[in-house]
Amino acid sequence: MRELTYAQAIREAHAQLLAEDPRVFLIGQGVWNPWYAGTSLQDLDKEFGRDRIIDSPVSENATTGAAIGAAITGMRPIVFHPRMDFMLLAADPIINQAANWSYLFAGQVSVPVVIRAVINRRGEQGAQHSQALQALFAHVPGLKVVMPATPHDAKGLLIAAVRDGNPVLYIDDRWLYDLPGAVPDALYEVPIGSAALRRSGRDVTVVATSYMAAEAVKAVATLAQRGIDVELIDLRSIKPWDHNLVYSSVGKTGRLVIADAAWMSGGIAAEIAASVASEIFHALKAPIGRVCLPDVPAPTSALLEQAYYIGAEDIVSTVEKVLVSSSRS
Amino acid sequence: MMLRIRIFEEMVGALVTANEIRTPCHLYIGQEAIAVGVCTVLRQDDTVWGGHRSHGHYLAKGGDLKAMMAEIFGKATGCAHGRGGSMHLVAPAQGIFGTVPLVAATIPLAVGAALSAKLRGTDQVAVAFFGDGATDEGHFHESLNLAALYRLPVLFVCENNFYSTHLTLKERRVKDNIVESAALHGLASLVVDGNDVVAVYQAASQAVDRARAGGGPTLLECRTYRWRGHVGPALDLEVGQNRQRDLSEWMQKDPIMRLRERLREEGISDADLSEIEQRVAAEVDVAVSFARQSPPPDENELLHHVYASRRGA
Ligand SMILES: Cc1ncc(C[n+]2csc(CCOP(=O)(O)OP(=O)(O)O)c2C)c(N)n1
Ligand SMILES: [Mg+2]
Repeated sequence: MRELTYAQAIREAHAQLLAEDPRVFLIGQGVWNPWYAGTSLQDLDKEFGRDRIIDSPVSENATTGAAIGAAITGMRPIVFHPRMDFMLLAADPIINQAANWSYLFAGQVSVPVVIRAVINRRGEQGAQHSQALQALFAHVPGLKVVMPATPHDAKGLLIAAVRDGNPVLYIDDRWLYDLPGAVPDALYEVPIGSAALRRSGRDVTVVATSYMAAEAVKAVATLAQRGIDVELIDLRSIKPWDHNLVYSSVGKTGRLVIADAAWMSGGIAAEIAASVASEIFHALKAPIGRVCLPDVPAPTSALLEQAYYIGAEDIVSTVEKVLVSSSRS
Repeated sequence: MMLRIRIFEEMVGALVTANEIRTPCHLYIGQEAIAVGVCTVLRQDDTVWGGHRSHGHYLAKGGDLKAMMAEIFGKATGCAHGRGGSMHLVAPAQGIFGTVPLVAATIPLAVGAALSAKLRGTDQVAVAFFGDGATDEGHFHESLNLAALYRLPVLFVCENNFYSTHLTLKERRVKDNIVESAALHGLASLVVDGNDVVAVYQAASQAVDRARAGGGPTLLECRTYRWRGHVGPALDLEVGQNRQRDLSEWMQKDPIMRLRERLREEGISDADLSEIEQRVAAEVDVAVSFARQSPPPDENELLHHVYASRRGA
């Protein structure tokens, strides 16, 4: 099959959605210029015109609120926030408004908006340009949260998000933009709420999100050389998440490691661990391992970044630790 | 001081090009008269609040040049011990409690510093430095209203350089009238040539005197121009429609060149001026060596300072 990069796949999803559905439009900062978005929105303004591709003032609150208003009244907007950190200025429209309206008005009003936020890591950009806040938003009833890790899912989840009919937070990762992968030409959906089984294995289940799913592929290869057979699940949908796939996998392997490149306390990994512990406790042969960021803001200096960020080697060492603790018991 | 900022920024630009500096650096070249004109009026215990483009504010308010260079290098001797980089500068003893890159974020904080001064009964003044882009945010409008309502001793300094990243002012608002926001919220305002350090100084003096005397806030719109790209040393000729032409016009209004001419007229010799230039260049060179030789932060300190270590004094 044809290959695209992750960024090209996002662009293709936008282009096909814009072509297919006149209700779709894009608003946000940096959508006319590759400086923020890389190739992920390249030249959409030339193809679809600047009425539908709106590069906005530095007004996160108003643009997000306006997109929500447009969604309520019949449009299918995609809002672009070049950093998740900037999106916090739109916390009110997202959390108080979009998330609540369907419930508040007994389903008579819905908010079919997609809010795209980009996570940056490293580059000495520091604490206000590097936050991964998926857990904060996954906490809120009424919001859906997706985090694609492959070009295939980057395209399919954006299409599913736009067609979902609810507010969906689509979180992508700058570090994945150059990742190549097979992407069908057609307009297709990756269902929100379904995880992807990337590899079957017997010894331990690794559940990973976004960038950590890519890192986990490397970790799995290293572990395989050491005789450890990992079952790898790319969560890709954070809320709702695929309880069935995770439970059936852990039921088989008896061991679980969760990798999420966000803070540990109150994070996605905590939510999955708690669910597994309360639903299928009897299946566990070992304590659950978590691979997350330490509970500190992102530092700037490259050396501190090195100490702060996590990757494949952290998954490897946590898997080994979990295996050791289960052989002891 | 303007030269100090200029030479510092040119050095930072060169080091970015040489890949010796990795943290994103937003250069202040061309806007020096604003930081210098305003901060010259201030006392050490007055506070200034800045953003992503604040090297000039930090120096003009008395921040240590070596500590900033080391911070930009990400070293332990930096003003934020390598945790912040170019976009997060701090020097509490000089009234710089933090510059941060979230656009408009420090405007309400400056209002808070003014409220604090009022409640504590001091005559300190707070200054918020921000760009034209920051006036796109609600923070700006809400802050003007609060400050006017409570007659707070704050000076809002909008450095209108006609750009916010790749978008020009015209692409972001219908009218070139930022200053009019002041009248709507009931505070005093002035528009000033931001490339004329004497004009900025005079306007700031007037505003600061009024604030100290309990006369409330002022919005100062300083009209200037961003010479370099949004981030880094490149000239960024592809943004905007007439960038090349506008840039050459604005370079003719170089604030340093204009002050130099003025000083010449007042009888200061070229030799005196070039001596200043050499002294400043030497100071910047020393700072670069200092930063290069400084140790990196200790990674064992990664977890330190997430919370303050003791109850505030
Ligand atoms: C809340 C927020 N939104 C967007 C950004 C991205 N951003 C960084 S600097 C900048 C430009 C701001 O323009 P202006 O305030 O005029 O300052 P200038 O760069 O011209 O000095 C933008 C939009 C940000 N840092 N924070
Ligand atoms: Mg500007």
